[in-house]
Amino acid sequence: MKVDQGRRAVLAQGSALSVFGLFVAAGLVKPAYAQAAWNKDAFAAKSLNDAVKALGGANVGQTTDVNWGSTPEIAENGAVVPISVTSRVPGTQSIAVLVEKNPSVLAAKFDFPAGTDPSVNTRVKIGQSSNVHALIRTADGKYLVATREVKVTLGGCGG
Amino acid sequence: MADPMKIRASMQGDKVMVRVLMSHEMETGQRKDGSGNIVPAHYIQNVTAMHNGKTVLSAEWGPAVSKNPFLQFQFAGGKPGDKIQVQWVDNKGDKRTDEATIG
Repeated sequence: MKVDQGRRAVLAQGSALSVFGLFVAAGLVKPAYAQAAWNKDAFAAKSLNDAVKALGGANVGQTTDVNWGSTPEIAENGAVVPISVTSRVPGTQSIAVLVEKNPSVLAAKFDFPAGTDPSVNTRVKIGQSSNVHALIRTADGKYLVATREVKVTLGGCGG
Repeated sequence: MADPMKIRASMQGDKVMVRVLMSHEMETGQRKDGSGNIVPAHYIQNVTAMHNGKTVLSAEWGPAVSKNPFLQFQFAGGKPGDKIQVQWVDNKGDKRTDEATIG
């Protein structure tokens, strides 16, 4: 696996030197999935501060430049709460969804390469009524957080 | 082996909207079964979406993402007929890759 990825990296570099055909052949037949990282510390964090810290956040500012879309204010079923986050913060590179009162605060983190809208819809579990935070990291390394309260009438962690 | 994902990719103006429904139990590791034993955590940790060999979305997930996860996002630069691949990897190392054509 490692060797294979080394080869892909070489091919990718080759494409920069216009070895385009090789790259397309390699890229299309079997895409090289980057062995993605998983931030263990951030997902293990039990408090909002620890999670933000583990995500690299410092001097986090507040923002309201987030559209919560179809995220409900009152969720009937905490096991399946639709979360819709669209950032209007210029240069947004990643959005982390944090549920303040869940046993582990960080629910998910999304990275948006250039060309992808800083917007995502998904569904998460929310154990009890809680603030939900969207932590935005911008291309110039700034961190901003937007907050939305979601009330849950039936918890999501009892199954 | 997990069931296939359902992937829908369609043009919305000049962007491609991708909707993915994965089949995964997303067990938190906090729930107990009928006899009081903790059900071990089993959840997707990494999700990667690719278009023409280029990553268009990557995500790290914890067990708080709902069972049978849903994901929707949009990117620019795709056209009808292009292929989208989505891969997930869970905490037990299981993985699944599925593909769809932009319609």
